[in-house]
This record gives sequence, structure tokens and C-alpha cells, in this order.
Amino acid sequence: MEPFRYERADDVGGALATIAHAPGAKFLGGGTNLVDLMRLGVERPAVLVDVSRLPYDRIDAGEGGSLHIGAGVRNSDLAADLRVRTRYPMLAQAVLSGASGQLRNLATTGGNLLQRTRCPYFQDVTKPCNKREPGTGCPAREGEHRNLAVLGHSEHCVATHPSDLAVALAALDAVVHVVGPGGGRTIPLVELHRLPGDEPERDTVLEPDELIVAVDVPALGFAERSLYRKVRERASFSFALVSVAAALDVADGKVRDARIAFGGVAHKPWRAFAAEESLRGASADERSFAKAADAELKQAQPLRDNGYKVPLARNALVRALLELA
Amino acid sequence: MAELAAVTLTINGEPYSLELDTRTSLLDLLREELGLTGAKKGCDHGQCGACTVLLDGRRANACLLLAVALDGAEVVTIEGLAQNWSLHPLQAAFVEHDAFQCGYCTPGQICSAVGMLDELERGWPSYVTRDVSSQPRLDGDEIRERMSGNICRCGAYPNIVAAVEDVA
Amino acid sequence: MSVVSRAIGASVDRIEGADKVQGRAQYAYEHALEGIAYAAILTSTIAKGAIRAIDAEPARALPGVLAVLTHENAETLHIDNGELAVLQSPRVSYRGQIVGAVIAESYEAARHAERLVRFDYDADAHDVVLRADHPGLYAPEKVNPGFPTDSDEGDVDRALADADVTLDEWYTTPAEHNNAMEPHATVALWDAGGLTLYDSTQGAYRAAQPIAEAFGLDPKRVRVLSEHVGGGFGSKGTPRPHVVLAAMAAKLVERPVKMAVTRQQMFTLTGYRTPTIQRIRLGADREGTLSAIAHEVFEQTSQVAEFAEQTAVVTRMLYASPNRRTSHRLVKLDVPTPSWMRAPGECPGMFALESALDELARELEIDPIELRIRNEPELDPESGNRFSTRNLVACLREGAQRFGWSPGGRRDGRFLYGMGVASSTYPARRAPSTAHARREDDGTFTVRIAAADIGTGARTVLTQIAADTLEVPLESVRVEIGDSDFGPAMLAGGSMGTSSWGTAVVRACRELAAGKDEATVDTADSADADEPLSKHAFGAQFVEVRVDSETGEIRLPRVLGVFACGRIINPKTARSQLIGGMTMGLGMALHEETVVDPHIGGFVNHDLAMYHVPVNADIEQIDAVWLDEEDLHVNPMGAKGIGEIGIVGTAAAVANAVFDATGVRIRDLPLRPDRLLGRL
Repeated sequence: MEPFRYERADDVGGALATIAHAPGAKFLGGGTNLVDLMRLGVERPAVLVDVSRLPYDRIDAGEGGSLHIGAGVRNSDLAADLRVRTRYPMLAQAVLSGASGQLRNLATTGGNLLQRTRCPYFQDVTKPCNKREPGTGCPAREGEHRNLAVLGHSEHCVATHPSDLAVALAALDAVVHVVGPGGGRTIPLVELHRLPGDEPERDTVLEPDELIVAVDVPALGFAERSLYRKVRERASFSFALVSVAAALDVADGKVRDARIAFGGVAHKPWRAFAAEESLRGASADERSFAKAADAELKQAQPLRDNGYKVPLARNALVRALLELA
Repeated sequence: MAELAAVTLTINGEPYSLELDTRTSLLDLLREELGLTGAKKGCDHGQCGACTVLLDGRRANACLLLAVALDGAEVVTIEGLAQNWSLHPLQAAFVEHDAFQCGYCTPGQICSAVGMLDELERGWPSYVTRDVSSQPRLDGDEIRERMSGNICRCGAYPNIVAAVEDVA
Repeated sequence: MSVVSRAIGASVDRIEGADKVQGRAQYAYEHALEGIAYAAILTSTIAKGAIRAIDAEPARALPGVLAVLTHENAETLHIDNGELAVLQSPRVSYRGQIVGAVIAESYEAARHAERLVRFDYDADAHDVVLRADHPGLYAPEKVNPGFPTDSDEGDVDRALADADVTLDEWYTTPAEHNNAMEPHATVALWDAGGLTLYDSTQGAYRAAQPIAEAFGLDPKRVRVLSEHVGGGFGSKGTPRPHVVLAAMAAKLVERPVKMAVTRQQMFTLTGYRTPTIQRIRLGADREGTLSAIAHEVFEQTSQVAEFAEQTAVVTRMLYASPNRRTSHRLVKLDVPTPSWMRAPGECPGMFALESALDELARELEIDPIELRIRNEPELDPESGNRFSTRNLVACLREGAQRFGWSPGGRRDGRFLYGMGVASSTYPARRAPSTAHARREDDGTFTVRIAAADIGTGARTVLTQIAADTLEVPLESVRVEIGDSDFGPAMLAGGSMGTSSWGTAVVRACRELAAGKDEATVDTADSADADEPLSKHAFGAQFVEVRVDSETGEIRLPRVLGVFACGRIINPKTARSQLIGGMTMGLGMALHEETVVDPHIGGFVNHDLAMYHVPVNADIEQIDAVWLDEEDLHVNPMGAKGIGEIGIVGTAAAVANAVFDATGVRIRDLPLRPDRLLGRL
């Protein structure tokens, strides 16, 4: 690692000020992704601003059953919160499916959303990578991409976003609260992460001097009937091949509403709007579920070796909906 | 050229006031500076769990923790687990059940198990908890899932589970 | 003349157990020495070519950096071994090869400086892909550890042509990495006496020899100390290049140096199992009696050293067939040199052979166990020798009963269940070793031998063996291992450790029991006047799989191994060892694969997040049991080795179970969901 100055932020103003004035400064939350990447030489901040002790470590109830989750809330605490487990089981399961118990105790909500891709070329500074160094190429396209994107990729980048939490939040229409030098703003989570396009180096729409401070999860009654399914070849402690976050509202055998998002398939958590649209008003049976899955996945563009993700995503979604129906 | 920062923390009940290279991980602080080599470096990237210690009572990977970020923290390592000159029940159970072979992952396994049993007792669910809103039960599936952050290449898993079940 | 057992056969807790669970057992890197410096290893980023220029100034200028070591300032070594001839030329022979080291006052400074040394390369086109039709394939003079490369009995082609039923299939296994939990590490210290190395090795004595050679030293002036080793599985069987590098670094800065290979670097510097491409042809009659077996193997080695894994050798002795042919072909690629990984030869070879047997059984609609029983040889098919003991059939039958063997597949909702079986075998050998035994003034006994306990429990079983030979309580005996000064000894490998060391310990202790106060025995002196016998351990692996038909995910609800591996010295540690081997076999079956990128010229995945070894949740119900067997032809304890047999056959049992469950035969490891999905 290269030397860096360490500062603990006493308040958000101080944190923002440091970031604004120190080139190459980064926020430090739990460190489980950033320290990892620093040791790999992928991230090389000159200054670390520790925001883990700012007062963003609470989960507060909002109107109508919504939740206001501080960005500093640790993954473990988020998953253990009884309100989360009861009102949004998919959210608890998503968090619990990620990493290991030890890592979940350290990782923060904000940091989890900003974790970077696990693409092996990105992670290795001795290999070319457009995300790390624009213009050097994407060796994954011709090389090893079995666990990379089938949706929304570009010729410059086929990386996937590894967060499970983000997938559930995407399904739940979460809203991210951000503060920066110019003030605060909100960003729907589905718009937080980008598709790679021509700028694969940019994972999110955040400016480098913006700090996530909270995530709102709106009330959604039928989210009590929701789940998160993570498909992986190892039974635990492993990134998804494909994952599904799903919530289903069924009455009289018909789907009134649905929320669906996929993980492991794209540069961002993939909210399945087309599948949801297909489901609304349809009968709650396997045929409709399959039709909805196909409606969403028909836009998939598999690479040479990851085509299996399409039937995998399809089957995982259908099974999830069958379990919820 | 190294940047330094001050930090005060407690390790196994002993207070330490230090000025450290900001890059120093808690793991390297323990192993290289303080002679507490019980926590092991297996991967240095949070991928194996051999470095697991207890941080403010919760299990954590020491390799990804920057020591300078731990001001005021209480760290317990494997060296701090023994009680009054005798082995912690988990340590004794590990020996009894042959829950280790080469022993390199063992301190991490034991610290992780201590943290894990506490999490279970507090009612934290896991990914395999059938109804995530309910109280999880202590069973083999739960223990296996919860201990999956500690890799054992020697394959002592079933004995580790037996040792943990014994103590739980 | 066997050893009477009291401690032998008892489930003794590991002698070093209390130390290990308290974090008091010291591993190589943990030895703190006065004035120690830290070294980081520099590795190449091209697969083939030469270093044109090195700019080490930014690294040297960093405060705390003591030196940068490259081929430009490295001392000349006196060794031919390609991998150990570290920094002797600007040539690069594989991606990730050692090209230098940075030595600094602190770990952080060393790791920082690592990134500041710039290498400019002239890169040549590289070739890193093993193919069965590679033009560079050749027949090595022999395959490890000294077997003929090819064998040809009878007339295989004729027998295949005449057979009622034939099978002709190709099987592949990928590169696999040992990935012991303790990264390879060395602390090197030069002083007036010579060179001392605190190392993590499977054989302290054997590690010292090539190091001494490299530095032109009398071997007596190299001391290797290795009290505790955090796993090896073959990768610590010989000293790896970093050991030489650490010694060079210590000499350069005139201070003790500690050096650990990073987990990432382990993937290129500490050996791996070669990928294999194997063709199996079988010919049989309608009753399943084999008339022909042909096993062709294609493997790789590096440009710097030859390593020929003996993948088809097992086929020479396992099943009866009058016509048998085996061959090994190697190709030199621009890759690191493969090395031993648990059960070299038998492990990948049996994946192919035991899968093929299963396919034949299915074809003939004969139970897979019955098929193996029908082809059980009376004598070793290759040598014609008697087997010292062979109880494969008993293992298969016992296992079938205990496991509730009932193949046929069943469905429960979306889950498909199936069972698979495979034979398992590993040679039971013994090698010379030297042991010292001494009666102490206080009535206790000290035994010294340069053995290694890499998790096997060797320290404990040797204590049991010594105690019984001396006819004293366990507590009266202290066994010291892991010191090259204790004289020549077999390394912990080839499942020969306990067999080799135990024999020496027995002989030394017998001299004490006969009245002497001190004895040194070198078993190389004694010729084994045995009739020629074929000595192997055998076993049977049973696996039940649960396949999610919608995702291709494979889980293992039940795994059982039944073994006949001679007398079990310590049931507690033996069971752990066998289960450990099987667990590694399950990883081989389902997860493990080091992927090569032909364009980049090296491995793509090189850490524990992307190279998946089994985690706790992967192992549900697993057990290992054994039959009562004693084989005094192998050693006076009647024991065979057990360290490796667990992994042999396991992967085939899983693949066979997957077929039973799904009707899909996968012949390429690992059995990944994407290999199943399109075919379910």
C-alpha cells in the first residue's frame, strides 16, 4: 500500500471539507472493500476520511412502515433488525447471503452499495482493464467472463456489481440520501449505479466528494411476502452466479403487484420492470411467471461463455415467484 | 514517507497507546508489533477468516481493519480467550473433537465461534434460517452456514461443528 | 514382528493440541529475531521473454528500504533445478515468476516498494494451453516417482475390436492448487555457523539439501527448522523458489529476513496440479469382465523443469484385464512447473478411470460395485506379484451396506437425488529415515527425527509408536521433529511419513528397550528381505448428491469413505485425515479450478475468493470408517499411509452420483452448474 493520511471525521461537514480539499481522498466506512482494494493497488487514496463514527448508524421507522437506514449501519445490524426481517424479508436475506459473518459485522450500508466489481481483471493491476485504466481494453470479453454480465454491458466493460443488498434495495424502490459540498440530494437506488457505456470507470453517478448518509426504504405492504435467492456453486461465502430479489402481491389467484430485481447479471442491480409489468393482472401461475421472466430476459446479450445465466436467472425467478405465490 | 497516526485501544484487557503507520492492519499490529501471533494471516484480503478476532465483542477479520481506525476499541484475540489458566470451553472442545489438523485456521475458527454463538444467542438470523423473521434455532445447518467464513483446507469441518455443538 | 499396542490404536488427543488452540504454536513467519527485515517478492507480468531493463531507484529511495534484489545484483547459485535457480538470468519463463525482492525495515515499506520497481520486458509470444493434439507433446523418460512412461500388455487394439462392448471417452481435470491455509514463508538467518531457515516445509532435512547445493555450502551448514506447518498437501514437499530468495536477501542485507509468499503469489510460486486430458478406452464382455483397458494421459510441464505426474499408473494395477495400455505425454508450456498435490497420479487418474467404469456399468446395466468386483485381480496385473493385503472388495461391500447403496435416482420436487461410488487406492511405501532415541536422566525418553506434522497428527502417532515400543506411558515420551539436524528422513508425502518414520522410531526404541541408553538408527541400512509384493491401501467412496434441476446447483447431503489401510494408529486423527482428503476431493469435484487466460498467458483467478475450496456449509454428513487390517509387510506397525487416499476416487463418486441423479454425464471437472444446466 502507498502511504496515506488518516483522518477521523467528527461531523459530516468536516468529512466533506477534507474530501474537497485533499485530492485523492476517499471515505472509509467498514473498510472491507476499500482496504482490500488498497492492498491490491487498485485504490490508492492519499487521504482516508473515516466516516464510520458519524451519527448514521441508526435505523429509524418512517411513515407508514418505511425505514430510514443510516449509511453507517453495519450489515449485521441491518439484517438482524426485526423490522427489516418482518417487513422486508428479502432485504434481510440479501444481506445475510453476502460475504461472511465477520465481514458483515464490519461492512456498512453505504460501503456495501459502493463496493467494486469482482471481475478478476479489474482486481489485478498487472492486467489491462478499462474500468481501472480507461483505454487499456477489456480482456474479459475474450477471456474469462463466465461470471460476468449478460445484460447492459458495453464493448468497454462486462463487469457485474457484486452487492446483494443493492439488489434488494433496487427491488424495493429504495432512495439514497447523499450529501456533498453543494448540499444534499436524493437518488433512487435504481439510478445510483450506472451501466458501463463509454465510461466504465464510473460505477455510480456519485461525485467523488459526495457521501451517502442514508437509504430510505419505502413502505410496501406486500414486501412481507418477499425473498432473496442467491444461486452459487459453493454453498456459502461466495458471490452470486445469479440472484433474485422478489416480492409478490397476490389476491384471488391474480398478481396485483410485484417487485423483482436480479443480481449477478449486470453492472448494476437489474430491476426487472418488464417482468413486473408482465405480471400485473396476470394469473399467479407458473406460466405467467415464465412469461414475465422471458419478457425481462429477452434483452439479454450473453457472451461466449455465460449464456447459462439466462436460463439460470429465468428459473430462479420463476421458482422464487412460485414460492411467494 | 510513511504517514503516522495515534491510536489507543485495548487488546486482551491491556491498554495500548501507539503511533502507527496508517497502513498497519490490526492483524500486522498483533503479529509483528505486539508478538501476538495467534491470529493468522491466511490471505490478507478477508477471504479465509484465519485472522478472526473479537472487536468490541463481535467477530471481525483483523486483516481488513486499519489499526489506526480502532481508537477506543476492545480487541480480544485467541490469546485472550483462556480463562483463569484453563482453556476456554471452545478450546477444550476443539481438542476433544479433533476440530483441527494443521492448526493454522484454528485460532480464527475459535474466535469466530465465540462471536457466532453470541450472535445466535442474540437471535440474529442467517441465510439458512427458514423464517428470517423468527428466532433461529441452533442446528447443524445454522452452524455450518455461520462458520463458513472460516476456511479449513484440512477439512476439519464436521469436527468443528461437533465442537461448537458441544459448547453451545 | 509387530509392535504390541497399548497407545497404538488409541484415540490420543494431538500432543500439540493445547498449543494450537491457544495460538501458541509458532509457524515459520512467526519467529521473531533481532534485527529482522521484511522482504516482498517481485514477480513477472509476462509469460515468456526477458527483462530488458529494471528501474529500482524509486524503490531504493523509499525510506526504510534496505535493498532491491534482482538478477542484476543476485549472487551466482550452484544449482541446476530450474525453479530454484532464482534470479540467475533475465529470462522469464512464466507469468508470476520471481524476478526480484525488496527488503525493508517494515512490512509496509516492503509492500509499498514492491510497487515501485519497474521492469521493462521484451515479451515473446507465449503458449499456456494444454491440448491433446499439441505438436510439442513428448514422452518423458519416466513419470514420477520413477515409473515407466508407457506400458503395454497384450494386444489392446485387438481386444477392443473383439469386445462385446467398448467405451471410448475423454475426461479432463483443470489446474488445481493446494492452497494450504498457511502461506509458504521463510525466515532466513546467516551467521558464522551457516544458514538457518525457519521454514514451512514437509521435510526439514530434504529441504536443506538443495538449499545447501544452491549456495555451495556443506549441507551440515544449513539448518531448517519447521516445528509447525500450516498444511502442505504436497506444495511444501520441496523447497520452493522463495526459500532461495529469502536466503539471498538475508545475505545481501546481512540481517535476518522474513518472507511470506502472498496468497496471490502462491498460485504461481508454490506448485499446482497439472491439468490433465485423459482418454480411457474399455473393452468388456456382456458380464462386464474387462478384456481391454487403455489410459492415455496428456499433461503439462514448464520450460524450466520437468514434472511428469503419474496419472495413468494406477490403471496398471487396479483392475484385472489381460490387455492393458497406458501412456503419458507431456508438453512444455510457458507455465509454472506443476508439482505434487495430494495423491499425485492417482487423484486425477482415478477421476477418469472410475468415471469410465461407471459408464461401462451403466451401459451394461450392471451394478457399479458388482462390475468392480468382477474385475478384482488375484495378483497385481502388472507385476504379477501378490498384494500384501488388498481389501477393495470388502470396502465396497461394507460401504454399500453402511451407506444404504441404492442407486437409481429419485426426484423430490425440483431436486434430483442420486448416489455414486468409486474405488480408491494409494501405494503403501516406506522410505529410509534416521531416528535417535535417548533415555533421559529423569526416566523419560526423547526421540528425534526430521519428520513433519503438517496436520497429519504425525507427531502424536510417533509418540504412540515410541511409547509402545519402549513399553512406557505416553507421557514419558517426547518426540521432536522438524529439524534438519536430526538427520535424513522421508518428507511428509507419498503417504509414507508415518510408515517411514515409525519404522525408524521402532528400531531405535527397540535398542533402548534392549538396554542401551541412546540409539541412532538409519533404516537405509536395512534391506527389506520381503518377497516382492504389491503394497497399496484401498478404499471405496460413496456419495449422495442433491441437484437442483432448475439451477444445476449440486449439494452433498451424504459422503462416506470405507478404507482398508492397515493398522490405524490413532483412530481420532486417522478419521480426520481421511475426511480431510475426501473434503478436498469434494472441492475437486464441485468447485476447484484455476482458469488460464491464453491471451494474458497466466492464471486468471488467484485468491481464495475466486478459487473455491469447500467451506463449512458445503460439507453436510461425512464420515470415514475402516476395516480391520494389519500389513506387516509395509512396516513393523502394520500401518499403511492414509494421508492421500481420501481424495482419490471422491471426485468420480460425485460425478457418478450426478449421473445417477440426472442422467447427465459430465467428464470435465469441476461439475459446475453451467455444465449441467443446458442438459437437465
